[in-house]
Amino acid sequence: MTEATLQPATPSAAMIRTLGLVATVCGVLIVTAYEGTLDAVNANKKLALERAVFKVIPGAAKVDEYFATPAGIQPAATGTPEGGVKFYAAYDQAGTLKGIAAEGAGKGYADTVRILYAYDPARQVVTGFGVVAMRETPGIGDKIYTDPAFLKNFEALDVKLSADLKSLANAVKVVKHGSKQNAWEIDAIAGATVTSKAVGRGINDSAQKLLPLLVPNLEKLNAAPQSRVSAFPPIAKGGEGGFEAAPTPSSTQNPPQPPFTKGGSDLASPRQEASS
Amino acid sequence: MIPGQKQLTNMEELLEGIWKQNPVFVMVLGMCPVLAVSVSAMNAISMGLATTFVLVGSTLLVSLLRSVIPKEVRIATYIVIIATFVTVVDYLIQAISLAVYDALGAFIQLIVVNCIILGRAEAHASKNPPLRSVLNALGMGAGFTLGLFALGAVREILGAGKLFGVALFGPDFQPWVVMVLPPGGFFVLGSWLLLFNWLNSRKTDAAQAKPVEGHAHV
Repeated sequence: MTEATLQPATPSAAMIRTLGLVATVCGVLIVTAYEGTLDAVNANKKLALERAVFKVIPGAAKVDEYFATPAGIQPAATGTPEGGVKFYAAYDQAGTLKGIAAEGAGKGYADTVRILYAYDPARQVVTGFGVVAMRETPGIGDKIYTDPAFLKNFEALDVKLSADLKSLANAVKVVKHGSKQNAWEIDAIAGATVTSKAVGRGINDSAQKLLPLLVPNLEKLNAAPQSRVSAFPPIAKGGEGGFEAAPTPSSTQNPPQPPFTKGGSDLASPRQEASS
Repeated sequence: MIPGQKQLTNMEELLEGIWKQNPVFVMVLGMCPVLAVSVSAMNAISMGLATTFVLVGSTLLVSLLRSVIPKEVRIATYIVIIATFVTVVDYLIQAISLAVYDALGAFIQLIVVNCIILGRAEAHASKNPPLRSVLNALGMGAGFTLGLFALGAVREILGAGKLFGVALFGPDFQPWVVMVLPPGGFFVLGSWLLLFNWLNSRKTDAAQAKPVEGHAHV
């Protein structure tokens, strides 16, 4: 090796040949790996999504992807429409709509906190959320899915629409720890305010965009579930640390609350007009 | 083989990276992933295995091509080969477990700049036949995994009271959160290095003690 440095340089052709050879071999390796893992990766992603949805909507057995657009809702399988907001409709074994899940994102302390929240159309409330991805400080930011007092905010977080169906009647707000007064407020975790706010903002931003498009068309979802039975049974077990869902202990047992059901009946007539 | 260096047996070649030349504790190479992903034992082992895969794959290819790689473009060639295996391992991890993929994050892609791998390609695989290179890479990979696990296990036990996600101390345990934060990585790494250096210096002292005594008598 040491004598080689004194010898004349390698001709360019040899270098090009070697680099070409190496690049070809490597290219083939990469394509093989990509093709070979594609199905498994897609299945994994779908499974992860279903797990995430099943965790925030207990009792769900199948998930359908939809886009909500100003023109109505359409299944995600038909392509991504312009200005569409993606959401997931979860059905139980019998095909009844159990709830809607959608993604939200808010700027946290370290990075964007991406969450998936469950929306109960009958009561017009958010009934739980799970963390899709975040890089918050362990032991501080991750309280958003371990702190029981914080999770209590999401048993029935009010997101009902205003009378004109254009926006939320009351924007979801994160308030200082201990000062929650209304059903649309989130009591922040003391010491993890920034992450708490990210969750609140994520839900608010997403709900403000999605719900005005979704609510007028809810009947369609109730009436025509795409009966695509999930290949994966609901799994209760937690992931290895990637997806951590907020346990929603009492979200299903909660009796419907009078103020919200009233809001629902108020919407009955405008819903008809808007959907036409 | 470098002249003057004793020819190692295959077994010694394999053990080289695990103990004598341990990449984490002796060579102190590749500290970026060591500190960043060693927050839990599971992450540490996943990262170790991913790195081992890249290490073995790239040294094998480099060793096979060692006679046709001109020295002027060897670094470029090594990087292309290493990057290829990093891409492959990236897909593989996604296919095996998205949870692990999310936990390791950007550090999978960053294996490409891990100096252990380029170091092995340059210092070993380019001068040795495939079998020996692969054995050496396996040993280095195992040593790296071991090093990561040593950090990850300690940090997970102290920082979360768990090992492989299983709670060890019951509900009253107050986690030592700093251990899973970056400073904890430095504390634990420092402690391990201290231990290894102490062991090492004790061994050298013991080896020197006898001749020194002999001199005193003369």
